[in-house]
Amino acid sequence: MEKFQKLTGLVVPLDRANVDTDAIIPKQYLKSIKRTGFGPNLFDEWRYLDPGEPGMDHSRRRIDPDFVLNQPRYRGAQVLLARDNFGCGSSREHAPWALMDYGIRVIIAPSYADIFYNNSFKNGLLPVVLDRQAVDQLFQECFATPGYSLTVDLDNQIVTTPGGQGFRFEIDGFRRHCLLNGLDDIGLTMQHVADIQAYEARRRREAPWLFSD
Amino acid sequence: MGTTLYDKLWDAHVVRENADGTVLLYIDRHLVHEVTSPQAFEGLKLAGRKVWRIDANLATADHNVPTTDRVHGIADAVSRLQVETLDENCRANGITEFDMTDPRQGIVHVIGPEQGATLPGMTVVCGDSHTSTHGAFGALAFGIGTSEVEHVLATQCLIQKKARNMRVRVEGVLGSGVTAKDVVLAIIGRIGTAGGTGHAIEFAGSGIESLSVEGRMTVCNMAIEAGARAGMIAVDHKTIEYFRGRPYAPKGEMWNRAVAAWQKLKSDSDARFDKEVVLEASAIQPQVTWGTSPEMVVAVDAVVPDPAKESDPVKAGSMRQALKYMDLRPGTPIREIRLDKIFIGSCTNSRIEDLRAAASVVRGKRVSANIKLAMVVPGSGLVKAQAEREGLDRIFREAGFEWREPGCSMCLAMNADRLGPGERCASTSNRNFEGRQGAGGRTHLVSPAMAAAAAIAGRFVDVREIG
Ligand code: SF4
Repeated sequence: MEKFQKLTGLVVPLDRANVDTDAIIPKQYLKSIKRTGFGPNLFDEWRYLDPGEPGMDHSRRRIDPDFVLNQPRYRGAQVLLARDNFGCGSSREHAPWALMDYGIRVIIAPSYADIFYNNSFKNGLLPVVLDRQAVDQLFQECFATPGYSLTVDLDNQIVTTPGGQGFRFEIDGFRRHCLLNGLDDIGLTMQHVADIQAYEARRRREAPWLFSD
Repeated sequence: MGTTLYDKLWDAHVVRENADGTVLLYIDRHLVHEVTSPQAFEGLKLAGRKVWRIDANLATADHNVPTTDRVHGIADAVSRLQVETLDENCRANGITEFDMTDPRQGIVHVIGPEQGATLPGMTVVCGDSHTSTHGAFGALAFGIGTSEVEHVLATQCLIQKKARNMRVRVEGVLGSGVTAKDVVLAIIGRIGTAGGTGHAIEFAGSGIESLSVEGRMTVCNMAIEAGARAGMIAVDHKTIEYFRGRPYAPKGEMWNRAVAAWQKLKSDSDARFDKEVVLEASAIQPQVTWGTSPEMVVAVDAVVPDPAKESDPVKAGSMRQALKYMDLRPGTPIREIRLDKIFIGSCTNSRIEDLRAAASVVRGKRVSANIKLAMVVPGSGLVKAQAEREGLDRIFREAGFEWREPGCSMCLAMNADRLGPGERCASTSNRNFEGRQGAGGRTHLVSPAMAAAAAIAGRFVDVREIG
């Protein structure tokens, strides 16, 4: 997994609540059996005016110039600013894959859907939670300031504005540790094989109907 | 102090506690489908890891499969490769799969319980958010991402943090014509799509207890639409009877032992919940969603709401966006909304009980002339066979419905079944997001009986008023 430590990046404001994973990456692209290549189809139905299918040359499709990601001032953004309940809906991990593939490394929102939040960490994408008021302020500043960038420091758990104002964010210690060091969950769990075997032996005694072999 | 059903299920599966408050949680059953598993199997192979416990896995292809005759396979090459990849991964790892031609194939959340592969007291996971469905049997069931699918394949465990306890009680007697789907839509309308975020929801109360096992699955299915990864319902005699004789359920002496354990799967009377919501069953009317989020829902006799009357500006903004996408005006009576297509199916409402309810509405009638397509997609091959034994397929066909092969179908339109831009559909599925049933398509979520009644009328009607 890719590490995340500290980043200063251009911010793109997506001013919508309840952005669902169907919107982040529509289902036709879920037919892929790979983890990469989803970037051109991030927010596909909002970004393009014509319908998209896998295998198309997406650079030749008609884009919607009004959609925020298509506005030249936000090109190359690495920080996505969003509203409440970001990532709701399906469990597709293609959503964080698409965001990462596009170049987004941090999302800032007041709240996330649980599965999306969880999936993000497994892919080196940092979902930062700030309160509604702070997020509102960042939206205002971002709209008002071309080239608006934020510095996101995971080690110190601080988002800093260009004006030097800092917002502290909370994050689970284990997740922070894994992200800072790019650690893979499976490898960590494999250190506890003996515990898993002991549990399984007990479960087999107590609930043998759960085991068919 | 007593403990909740969720606490009990959780505690019974803790392998070890980590210093930071997360735990390693043991997974009894892992259900696998073609969309969220290929990258997990690939990761496993690249790391040189093996499947930890082969018999804990059960796979099927459901999202991409055609609902028309399967003898010619899948026309779309990308879909075909994904389904073939699942077949190959299951073969290579020794995992049981009900492939596209197996009579037991179907939507993963329908076949798990149908086979008895989901049982009370289990932890059940699947790379699919509607895994919450299986909580209807007193199981702890939740959807996971692909990295977690790989984690379960490799270790039979997940690193998890415990959620908070929430209880939603529906008390009293449901009116006639009011179904489990209306109950869960009303719950989501009340608490919102983020109402259960960070919580495991237990559905309880006499209104929930009165539901059939299938109805309980419908309610738990949509827990995720209320923001909760897991929804669950305590075990009672209906739950236990449901599993008797199912292929994967225990038999003989083992059955008795299992039943004794299952009977304990309920919250203690003095258990404490972090959050509790109570709904009056008799106040719930048949529901219809009008917007692009399941919380945008009203009773069938209501009108499309007005964003100008919403005080929260973020909410009002979402409402405006939704009305624009749905091409609806505030104040329009729900009953005046005319439809183009009807979809009866999905893991929410494609079980035999759902098909019976819809068939009883359409029997002897004809689908309205303005409906371009009305389709019934059974949840599994076994549901389809049962329905055909009962003659339901004939009732649907004679009324002008298409009778299809099992799968996810137009719930998410990954196969050929989809809405065209601007088309409006009454759907028994669970998500009305923009583009969910096809780019530009407009979805209204309803119960099977309401969808059937809408097919006949060509617009929404109150199912209680038609004879
Ligand atoms: S029927 Fe719909 S919601 Fe259910 S598993 Fe299939 S795609 Fe997902």
